[in-house]
Amino acid sequence: MELISEMLSYSFITRAFLVGILVSLCAALLGVSLVLKRYSMIGDGLSHVSFGALSVALAMGFSPLPVSLPVVIIAAVLLLRLSETGKLRSDAAIALISSSALAIGIIVTSLTSGLTADVDSYMFGSILAMSGDDVVLSVILSIIVLGLYLVCYNKIFAVTFDESFSRATGVHVSFYNTLMAVLTAVTIVLGMRIMGALLISSLVIFPALTAMRVFKSFRGVVICSAALSVAAFCVGMVVSYQYSTPVGASVVLTNLGIFLAAALIGAIREGKRKKI
Amino acid sequence: MEPLIACKDVSLGYENREVASGINLEVYPGDYLCIVGENGSGKSTLIKGLAGLIRPLRGQITVAPALREESIGYLPQQTAAQKDFPATVSEVVISGCLKRRGFLPFYSADEKRLARKNMKKLGIDSMARRCFRELSGGQKQRVLLARALCATEKLLILDEPTTGLDPTAVTEMYQLIQKLNREDHVAVIMVSHDIMNALSQAKTVLHLKQQPLFYGTVQDYRKSETGRGFLGGEDYLGTN
Repeated sequence: MELISEMLSYSFITRAFLVGILVSLCAALLGVSLVLKRYSMIGDGLSHVSFGALSVALAMGFSPLPVSLPVVIIAAVLLLRLSETGKLRSDAAIALISSSALAIGIIVTSLTSGLTADVDSYMFGSILAMSGDDVVLSVILSIIVLGLYLVCYNKIFAVTFDESFSRATGVHVSFYNTLMAVLTAVTIVLGMRIMGALLISSLVIFPALTAMRVFKSFRGVVICSAALSVAAFCVGMVVSYQYSTPVGASVVLTNLGIFLAAALIGAIREGKRKKI
Repeated sequence: MEPLIACKDVSLGYENREVASGINLEVYPGDYLCIVGENGSGKSTLIKGLAGLIRPLRGQITVAPALREESIGYLPQQTAAQKDFPATVSEVVISGCLKRRGFLPFYSADEKRLARKNMKKLGIDSMARRCFRELSGGQKQRVLLARALCATEKLLILDEPTTGLDPTAVTEMYQLIQKLNREDHVAVIMVSHDIMNALSQAKTVLHLKQQPLFYGTVQDYRKSETGRGFLGGEDYLGTN
């Protein structure tokens, strides 16, 4: 308890907690649909695009968030279209786009400021990343993401479960797919400053996968995934403070720990059922 | 009486490659149309066109205004993603009510009642809280049928509803469809490989081989050249 109140006395840690918890919530909610729709890689691809956009923005002296947001949103819509039309195999397409964006980012930074500690913090995240302005923007955007997700919850369920049926019922399937891609893009841009471009996608995937092993209803999975995600983020933050490890990596490892525990419990339960 | 759904000189296909053409059909309330044909004859494409998933390349598919206000009760083939999808039976069934929802975000008590009524009708009310992925093939199809009934009670479009089911489940599924058609006057359009079962209860047949080879009543189909060729010798025994 003392440790936590000590942590919260630093304003930069409070900011990281605030933004981190909101982003973890958004990522976990969207993650359930992304994982079920086999779009997990989109999150990974988008984070690399986000890194590229961020580096270019910094090199040109712009504030990073407002520049990378529209770029990543466009990339998200593009990736979704690619995987829907199936013209290019979607996993290949995502790999192409993400490594190209990463390469552009690295070239631009090495030509301008050189590969410094800054770049390192974009790759692997930093607790110091959030400035006051960033926090305001992040809080507003993540509340919008959460609100839209809640309002569209039932439609998102239907579209995730069965696109053909939803389309036959007159639901605008591609609108909701695009909406989800845009919300994912926003979440990833907001989260990558703390979590790092290379690690942010775990925030989308891990909680959903863990929750799916435990719960049988969609609502259960969504709620559990959100709770786990926030818990893992907080534990990761505390661990990172205590042992001076990078935040992003600590959160990912906490998530991995929870996932393995859930998998183990699941396996034991399954085994018992088979014996009976 | 106005047809629920009608096709006039319809051609269907993907990216201008025609898969089925020259299709004319009309389905009225209480009808039971079975679409038959070999693999690759355009049956599934026609079903997708009727369900509004793809647009006709030529011609016109008209949906009755009364049906357009609700929606079409479509039973698609199951997708790979549904094999490990975490959702309870009641969550799946009530998602059929979406069109009634419009822009309102959450389901009302009326819709919950409708979902319960349809679960009861299909005998799955006892498993409302069970997980969809843990059900047997036949139970899954009944859940999806209940969802389709939540969308409309006028017209069901079924895309090979008995694929992958064991023989008992197949019989049950056909009995269920027949009951819905006879007792509740739900019009049915069905694609099926299982021609013997399908013909024993359908009222009209459309035999497709890129173009319609036969369109008419089941009795006439059994006597026709096309029907006899497709059904093989067995049917002589059946009609005698």
